[in-house]
Amino acid sequence: MISSNRPLSPHLQVYRPQITSTLSILHRLTGVALALGTLLLTYWLIAAASGPEAFADAQGLIGSILGRLVLFGWTFALFFHLCNGIRHLAWDAGYGFEIETTTRSGWVVVGASVVLTLVCWVAGYVAMAGA
Amino acid sequence: MSLRSPLARVRGLGSAKDGTSHWWAQRLTALALIPLTVWFCISVIAMSGADYVTVATWAGSPLVGGLLILLIVATFYHGALGLQVVIEDYVHREMVKLVMLLVVKATSLVLALTGILSVLILLFSRT
Repeated sequence: MISSNRPLSPHLQVYRPQITSTLSILHRLTGVALALGTLLLTYWLIAAASGPEAFADAQGLIGSILGRLVLFGWTFALFFHLCNGIRHLAWDAGYGFEIETTTRSGWVVVGASVVLTLVCWVAGYVAMAGA
Repeated sequence: MSLRSPLARVRGLGSAKDGTSHWWAQRLTALALIPLTVWFCISVIAMSGADYVTVATWAGSPLVGGLLILLIVATFYHGALGLQVVIEDYVHREMVKLVMLLVVKATSLVLALTGILSVLILLFSRT
């Protein structure tokens, strides 16, 4: 193989961030974050399978201030990855490649992820008050 | 230095016959995860602040247990495929890349199995 020192990928620093490129790397970042978050999901399931005491410990940890912060971030990552994933599936099916469309669908994804995250947390606190 | 041309070297080796399988598996799991994730989120939110018995009874019913297992399988399959692409894109030292890919696959497998067994325990210990 011939190897050279020429850059193979565009130099990210010299580009003005655009909604399309920003969301593209965010999709990856949230994907990795969600993969790390599966540790929490697995822990929660193990705790539930281990009995009331272990489950109470897990709920206490997740319900702590730090736990709630992590869970809030995780909720946003989940909804962003979900919404942007649907955007990706539309592209896979051949739709939405116009520049204006990708910009618009990008902002729709941002708005939808923020709204869904907030709706989830409000609903969660309402359910908790009722429990 | 070989005297054979690049074309001669690959000719006859054939394709691996699974060029699109990774891509396709990632899309199928993505599609499956849309309803599964939405269902899981709504269920967990509805149980905010609920006690152990409520959660254990919920997770231990056959339908919920089955859906949870599907969610676990799709999540870890999708996650492992995604992390594989990230590693292949950014890690260029062959040995490091190989080790990281194996660690991701092994970890995903262990976590998925642990999750599935937890659901089965809840299912069979249901009172």
